[in-house]
Amino acid sequence: MRGDLVLRVVAKLFIPFMLLFALYVQFHGELGPGGGFQAGVIIAAAVVLYALIFGLPAARRLVPDRVVESMVAGGVLIYAGVGVAGLLLGGNYLDYFVLDRNPVHGQERGIFWVEAGVAVTVSGVMLKIFYMFAGRGRDPEDV
Amino acid sequence: MAVLVIAIAARRNLFSVVMLAGIYSFLMASVLVALDAVDVAMTEASVGAGISTVLLLAALYLTKGEEAKPIHRPWLPLAVSIVVAAALVYGSLGLPAFSDPAAPIHAHVVPRYLQESLRETGVANVVTAVLASYRGYDTLGETTVVFTAGAGVIALLRLRRRAQQRKDKP
Repeated sequence: MRGDLVLRVVAKLFIPFMLLFALYVQFHGELGPGGGFQAGVIIAAAVVLYALIFGLPAARRLVPDRVVESMVAGGVLIYAGVGVAGLLLGGNYLDYFVLDRNPVHGQERGIFWVEAGVAVTVSGVMLKIFYMFAGRGRDPEDV
Repeated sequence: MAVLVIAIAARRNLFSVVMLAGIYSFLMASVLVALDAVDVAMTEASVGAGISTVLLLAALYLTKGEEAKPIHRPWLPLAVSIVVAAALVYGSLGLPAFSDPAAPIHAHVVPRYLQESLRETGVANVVTAVLASYRGYDTLGETTVVFTAGAGVIALLRLRRRAQQRKDKP
């Protein structure tokens, strides 16, 4: 599919909007439908589309394996770190009220970081699974 | 959707089975939108119809395109699934009517979430408030499950590659 001009142009047009939509889903999740999980999947889907059109090695250069693997663990650490931050500021684990002087703002801040953690882990895991599946048949050295 | 399920079961060509499963996921997402569960519908559409279709196609690339003929007669599995389905339908008869406000599940913590969540968390989407704040521990557990799944896939697929390399070396 790498040589198809229409696919390449359409994908190049689409991918920025997909990433923008993912960010919208991520940050608008407090008001509308969506949240970290959906946003993470959409980010992963954008990179998967890139890999389908431009080939897996190109996607691997764009989002290297090391980045993806650290995303897998980093999201969980962000989530757990929010809990630890609550502990350090004198609350219970995963207690968001203490994150800001105004408890409601503390809640918003906590939810924001927790959702960010979910998005990072989910997109990392989806991408990693895709890389490993798609890379299997081709050249085993490259996985 | 029932027609789709029968078509998926009857097909032998795996490519069309994957495509039909994607269509099934999209139909399921529309059903969820009709039930006002937009968050779940979004997840179903992106994961069920999007990512998992791509993953199944990637797996299909590694195998043959046709399903092998089954070794056994399908009657025993068919009987088991019919009995289980009958038990589930029988159990669903005892559930309260759809969107019945007096149902037990709507009388426990739901009124408090619906009325207090905006004041307590400043988040207008109740789903997000419950997911990230009231049930923060559960969501942490879910994220850990996703992480564990990813780590498991990495461990399994890498292990096989290393074993292959070791076999190739001597």
